[in-house]
Amino acid sequence: MNTTTLTRALMQPISSYLRYCLSALLLFSALCALPALAQEGVDFATQSVRIAQGSEPPNLNSIKSTDQTSIFYIEHVMEGLLRKNARNELVGGVAERWEMEGTTARFWLRQNAVWSDGVPVTAHDFVFAWRQVVNPEVAAEYASIMYPVKNAEAINQGKLPLEALGVTALDDYTLEVELETPTGYFLSLTSFMIYYPVRQDFYEAQNGRYFADVRNMIFNGPFTITSWVHGASLRMEKNPTYWDADSVTLNVIDTPYITNDEQAVFNLFKDGMLALVNNLAAEQLRGALDNRMRIYAHPDGSVFYVEFNHRDDRVTRNLNLRKAMQAVYDSEELVYKAIGIAGYIPGRSLIPVYMNGVQDKFRVEYPEQPASLDIEKAREYLELAKQELGLDEIPPLSILCDDTNGAILQAQYFQSLFKRTLGIDIKVDAQTFKQRLDKSGNGNFDLILAGWGPDYEDPLTFGDLFASWNVNNKGRYNSPVYDAYVRTVQGTSDQQVRMDALGRMQQHIIDEAVILPNFERVSNGVRDPRLQGVVFSQTGASTTFTYAHVTE
Amino acid sequence: MLLYILKRLGIGIFTIWFIATATFTVMHLVPGDPLANDKAVNPTIRANLERQYGLDRPVFEQYVLYMGNMLKGDFGISFTEENRAVNDIIREHFPVSASLGVLSLFFATIGGVLWGALAALYRNRWPDAAIMLVVILGISVPSFVFAAFSQLGILTLNQWTGRSILPVAGWDSFSSALVPALVLGMSTMAYMTRLMRSSMLEVANTDYIRTARAKGLSALRIFFRHQLRNAILPVITVLGPAIAIITTGGFVVESVFAIPGLGRYFVQAVAQLDYTVIMGTTVFFGAFLVLMVIAVDILYGFIDPRIRLGAL
Repeated sequence: MNTTTLTRALMQPISSYLRYCLSALLLFSALCALPALAQEGVDFATQSVRIAQGSEPPNLNSIKSTDQTSIFYIEHVMEGLLRKNARNELVGGVAERWEMEGTTARFWLRQNAVWSDGVPVTAHDFVFAWRQVVNPEVAAEYASIMYPVKNAEAINQGKLPLEALGVTALDDYTLEVELETPTGYFLSLTSFMIYYPVRQDFYEAQNGRYFADVRNMIFNGPFTITSWVHGASLRMEKNPTYWDADSVTLNVIDTPYITNDEQAVFNLFKDGMLALVNNLAAEQLRGALDNRMRIYAHPDGSVFYVEFNHRDDRVTRNLNLRKAMQAVYDSEELVYKAIGIAGYIPGRSLIPVYMNGVQDKFRVEYPEQPASLDIEKAREYLELAKQELGLDEIPPLSILCDDTNGAILQAQYFQSLFKRTLGIDIKVDAQTFKQRLDKSGNGNFDLILAGWGPDYEDPLTFGDLFASWNVNNKGRYNSPVYDAYVRTVQGTSDQQVRMDALGRMQQHIIDEAVILPNFERVSNGVRDPRLQGVVFSQTGASTTFTYAHVTE
Repeated sequence: MLLYILKRLGIGIFTIWFIATATFTVMHLVPGDPLANDKAVNPTIRANLERQYGLDRPVFEQYVLYMGNMLKGDFGISFTEENRAVNDIIREHFPVSASLGVLSLFFATIGGVLWGALAALYRNRWPDAAIMLVVILGISVPSFVFAAFSQLGILTLNQWTGRSILPVAGWDSFSSALVPALVLGMSTMAYMTRLMRSSMLEVANTDYIRTARAKGLSALRIFFRHQLRNAILPVITVLGPAIAIITTGGFVVESVFAIPGLGRYFVQAVAQLDYTVIMGTTVFFGAFLVLMVIAVDILYGFIDPRIRLGAL
C-alpha cells in the first residue's frame, strides 16, 4: 500500500502550526483556571478534617464489634457511663456521679443525656445492652470483657437466663451493678464500647440490622454518622443533641478514602488531602523524614514478645534451655539494629511503661530486675538443658511468625542470634494471618513472635495472659505460682495488694523465662500543623478527635 | 443458532457448578480457621459463633446447604463484615469495578486499534519501533508499578503547578477514574496493539486490498473501509476474556487509588478466610467470565458471517 499518500493526507498544512500554539495557550490558561491546590485535609472555616482508613469498619454495632477501625467510629458517636477527657482521664459520661463499694457499683445518670432523636438515655438502655452482650444467641466475641459483672459468664454459657445478669435499673436514672468479685478496674471498663447503652425499642425495630446502615443508627455521643457508602466513605458530623456539645469544636470528620496501600495514603497526605496519618510504615517514615516533616510518636499500647511452647512434647518446656536463650538475647540490639523504626521501646517486661500502678507508673513503682547478658552462663544453661532433656544436641526449633517483611526480619534476627551464640538451628515458619493463628492455637511451634494489645487500663490485661486457663496462653504455660498471683489480683480491689502481686508476677516471668520481651510498639505519624488537640490512647480507640480543633 | 446458544449456556452452568464445588472444597482444605482472630475467645463464645455461621455442622451438610441457598440466589452473610450480605457486597461494589473496567476497556480498545494500525502503517520505521517499545513495556511491567508511578506523577504534577489538576486517589468524580482506567487497561492495550499490528499487515497483502487499490480508491478509504474493518476481528475475539479480567481483576489499581471496587473483596477474602465472600465472588466472577465468552462468540458470528454457529 502507498503509505506516503496517506501520510501526506494525514499531515497538517504548515499554516496550522499557529493553531497548535493557540490551543497550547488555551490549554495553559484552562489549567490556570483550575482551583489552586485544594488542601482539603483540614478546614478552619468549617472546622472539618479528612482522614483515611485501611479498611471499611466491619461492624459498628457496639455489642458485637471487635476491631480498631470500628471502635474508632463507635467511640466518636456513642458514650458510656464514663468517658475519657482531653487528658485521657476517666470522667463522667452519661453518668453524672458514681459510687463503688466492694462488689457493688451505683451510677446516677444525667437527665440531659439524650439520644439523637431527643429521647433521654436511661438506665434501662444499659441493662438491655449488657444483657445482649452476654446473650449466647448474639455471640459477641468480646463478651468475656463483661465477665466481671455478676453471672455474666454463666449466662454466656447458657446456664442462666439473661435476667440473672448483675445489673439493675433502680429507676430511669439510677443503675446498680453487682460484680462477681471486687474489680479494681471496673470503672475504666464502663468507657469501653461493649458497655455502651443500646435502646431496646430502636434495636428491635432494626430486625438484626442495628448500625448496618445510616438509617439503622441512633447516637448518644459527640458525633453522628451522616453518610456511609460501604467500602468508599464515611462522614461524621457534630451531634447537636449531645449533652456536652459545647465542648466539641469540630463539625465534620470525613473519611473519603479507604485503602490498605500505605504509600497511597502517604501520597494523599502530601497532596494536602488528609489531616493526619498514623502508624507510618518504615518506608513512609523514611519519606516523611526526607521531606523534613514533623513526626508525632506515641506508644500504641501493644507489647511484643517471643512466646515459648511449654507443652510436654517440646524441648522449650525446659527452663534451662529458655534461660540459655534469655542470657544471649538483648532486646536493644533487636530494636536498634534489626527493626530500626524510631521510637520503638526495647522490651524488658510484659507490662508496658505507660500502665499505671498505685500512685505512679507501674514500672516506676515496680522496676524489673533484668536477667544478665552472659554468654558463658548461657552455655552452662545449655549443657544443663541437654542433660535434663537427655539429648546430645538440641533439635532444630521452629519460630512461627506472620508472613510480613517486618516479622520475618525479626525471626531471622533470632535465627542468626541463637545459631551464632548457642549453635541452635532455628527454622523460620512464616505463615499468612489465619494459618499463623491456626498453628499457634494448635501448639504447632517451638517459639512464636507474639504480641498483645490492652483491653482495659490495668496491668492485669497483660498479667492474666499466662494464667493456665487463659485461651490466649498459646504456649500453655502452666504454673500454680503464676495462677495464684492472677487470682490475688482478680480477688481484691485494694490497689496496693493488687500491684504488689503484679510486681512479683512481672519478676516471675523474667526469672522463669516465660517469654522474651521484644518491644513496645510506637505509632509514628504525620499531621497537618493546623490540627490541634487530637488525643491518642492505648486502650479503646487509638485516636480521638472529640476535643480537637483546626487553627487558622 | 438457538440450539447453539442453549448448548453453550448448558455447558456454562456446568462450569459454574464445577467452579463452586472446587472452590468450596479447596477453601475448606486450606488450613486455618475463618472465625479465629488475634485475640482468642473462650470455648463458650466460640461455640456460639460456630452455631451462628453453621460451622458446627458436618462439611457435606454445609455444602448442600450452601448450594441450595446459592440456587435461590443467596450467597450468605460475610464473616468479616458481619452486617453485610455477600449479595449486597457484589451489588454495591461490582458497578464500581464495572464502570472503571468499561472506561479502561474503552481506552484499551481505541488505543490498541489506533496504535496497532499506526504501527502497521509505518512498518519498520521509527513510529513502529517506538510503539512496539511501549507495547513491550506495557506487557512486561506489572500494573502495581504503573499504578505507583502514575500516582507519584499526579502528586508531582499537583505540587509543581500548585493546583489540583488530577486527584491523587479517591472515587468521587470522572477525573478520579481517568488515570486508574488508563493504568488498568495498559496491558490489554499493549496486547491489542500487537494483535492489531500483525492482523493489519496480514490484511494489507490480501487480494481485495490490491483490488481496491487497482480501482483507484483513496488511501484513506482503503484504510478505514477495507483494511481496518477486516483486521479488527481478532481484537474482538480477545474482548470477551479481556472484559472479564479488566472489570474484575483491578485489585492492585483499586487499592492504590482507593477505589471501592469488588477486586478488593475478592483478594482480601482469601487472606481472611471469609468463606461466604470467597464463594460469592468466585462464583460471580466465574459466571461473568463464562457469560462474556459466550456473548463474544455470538457477537463474532454477527460480525463475520463466515462463521456459521449453527454448524458447530
